[in-house]
Amino acid sequence: MSVLKYLLQKEFRQIFRDPSILKIIFIMPALQLIIIPLAADYEVRNINLSIADHDHSVYTQQMIQKIKSSGYFKLVNYSSTFQEAFTSIESDKADIVLEIPANFEQNIVREDHASLFIAVNAVNGMKANLGASYLQNIILNYNNQIRTKWIQFPPIPPQTNIKVSVSNWFNPMMSYKYFMVPAVLATLLTLLGTFLTALNIVREKEIGTIEQINVTPVKKYHFILGKLIPFWILGLAVLTIGFLIMRFGYQIHPVGNMLIVYLFASLYLLVILGLGLLISTYADTQQQAMLISFFLLMIFIMLGGLFTSIDSMPDWVQKLTWLNPVSYFIEVIRMVVLKGSGLSDIKNHIFVIIGFAIFLNSWAVWNYKKTT
Amino acid sequence: MKQFFAFVKKEFFHIWRDKRTLFILLGMPITQIIIFGFALTNEVKNSKMAILDFSKDAASSQLVQKMSVSKYFDATTVLTNYQEVLPVFKKGKIKMILVIPQHFANDLQHGNQAHIQLICDGSDPNVANTLSTYASAIIKDFQTAIVKEQKLPYRIETDIRMMYNPELKGAYSFVPGVMALILMLTSAMMTSIAIVKEKEMGTMEIILVSPLRPFSVVIAKAIPYMILSMVNVATILLLSVYVLDVPIRGSLLLLLSEGLLFTITSLALGLLISSITDSQQVAMLISLMGLFLPTTVLSGYMFPIENMPLPLQVMSNLVPAKWFYSIVKTIMIKGLGLSYVWKETLILIGMTVFLFGLSIKKFKTRLS
Repeated sequence: MSVLKYLLQKEFRQIFRDPSILKIIFIMPALQLIIIPLAADYEVRNINLSIADHDHSVYTQQMIQKIKSSGYFKLVNYSSTFQEAFTSIESDKADIVLEIPANFEQNIVREDHASLFIAVNAVNGMKANLGASYLQNIILNYNNQIRTKWIQFPPIPPQTNIKVSVSNWFNPMMSYKYFMVPAVLATLLTLLGTFLTALNIVREKEIGTIEQINVTPVKKYHFILGKLIPFWILGLAVLTIGFLIMRFGYQIHPVGNMLIVYLFASLYLLVILGLGLLISTYADTQQQAMLISFFLLMIFIMLGGLFTSIDSMPDWVQKLTWLNPVSYFIEVIRMVVLKGSGLSDIKNHIFVIIGFAIFLNSWAVWNYKKTT
Repeated sequence: MKQFFAFVKKEFFHIWRDKRTLFILLGMPITQIIIFGFALTNEVKNSKMAILDFSKDAASSQLVQKMSVSKYFDATTVLTNYQEVLPVFKKGKIKMILVIPQHFANDLQHGNQAHIQLICDGSDPNVANTLSTYASAIIKDFQTAIVKEQKLPYRIETDIRMMYNPELKGAYSFVPGVMALILMLTSAMMTSIAIVKEKEMGTMEIILVSPLRPFSVVIAKAIPYMILSMVNVATILLLSVYVLDVPIRGSLLLLLSEGLLFTITSLALGLLISSITDSQQVAMLISLMGLFLPTTVLSGYMFPIENMPLPLQVMSNLVPAKWFYSIVKTIMIKGLGLSYVWKETLILIGMTVFLFGLSIKKFKTRLS
């Protein structure tokens, strides 16, 4: 046991001696946790609109006013030819062109219908879709406004009507930050744990100090525990810093019990450190270790539900995400922080994570013995 | 010149020898394209929905039927009372609950006014908003099917055309982004690490006493990565055209030369990083913090830049990938020519010259 104590002492000294490592551990996650959620906002606002108006009537002015005051659109160009308006899409100045035909007002009043043409820059499909449907909604509203003005008498016959009321739970302000901050924190913890463990052990290999340890009476499991325990403690420390930023920086009050998150995170860290250990047994240089970790983590994170919902992925990918530890942690941290889920809600997640931890660590230890 | 090529050859051997690194460098674009192309969509579909039907009559089951056949919803769970709502959300799978109050059919037929309640799991605002919009549209459809549509007077019709990407595929905006990311990674990160490694190992001193001028040594180190990057560009373009069906509408030659330009910009950045750092770990830290993160977050291919807070919008102008992303989108997807991207091209050239100048100035011929 005393061997382990000395090894731990050595590891902690090495970590706290090197300012660049300390920066990686504490400043990098904090900085990222502050920047990414500010940038990661899928809400579509400020859509640049370009209007080609061939009519110049009172109605078009009213409609344009209504679009502008909706808050979603910014009028960047108002011209009288479609060509000119369309150039603004080509040069990326506008996202949507609305073409109002000549005699728009006259057609509505005399012929009972008029049509508008909307051209959307659809390179970004989601933005295009939402932007177009916002615009359509505003036009529909304006349409109703005209209709009620004209049809004072006789009133419209009563229509069958279904009233839909929508309520959004768990995130009353519908703020994207509530959704992103916990998940970004989970991702950062994953990156940090894997990189640090993998790089640290490979560094000993590359410099050659691992051979020196191998000839001492230090047992393999001492060595591995000596490497894993410091990073496990550091991981929980980083998690705490992250929670402080979440609570005081973003004013997110967790609904659930944070002890559940800590319990899950402490198990999850075993998985992540095991992954780092496994990578280190396969890599010979720091460069390799970094690339392998980067490659694996990129796949884990992209498919972990951080940015896009797992439910929308194709079936075979959804099945693959069962093998992705990151997706379990992201899901759990969101469930507990936002919805207040309890232990019984996440018990399956806990069992799976324990399974991962045992599997990865035994693979790593087995492979470690084989190669040295 | 002959000596210079000998150096380039030596660097090639270095890369070629490390098969694992080479494998990842060349395999990265392939996996990224496949993940982005097939697995990641911003589209919301097959969301799990629970149903709380208090009326259980013909009309309500018809509506439920209509919901569950749509591709957006997957009606998996049937609830019986309000007490079950909260636990079901806490379990996490259900994203929306459709509540049909009592006497739904009766209200529809006789009262002309019926109510439906949608309760969404708002923790993901994007999914919640999209789902309630889809559900409302389906309910609207259901309603018009009941009242045979009467033509309303004073109609404004809208004719919407989705330009460049009528099927609204996510790949159209992801492919240019992945290209920027991969080029940044292979050129800047790998070059800086390769050079710093020689410093750390002490072999840099040996190279510096060779007859070659110090800066040519560094350039010789960068050239293999430039070639590797161009191989990656070719892989990405081939995969996107033949696997993802993303077209190259503009000039291929122009696209490739812009790719080369961006590679050189990234190399210049890599050289700068290598001349100000001494250890591989620090070089990795700077590459990851200073290159990878801004490239994914601030280049505009994941999140719309115009929604970000102003300081981040200003910062995004300093990210070379932002300009390259815009160039690739314009040439590849919109099919426009140099006259639409000359400004971005000039900015990239300017950045390259500046970065090269700075790294020459910072480059130390003598090691301490």
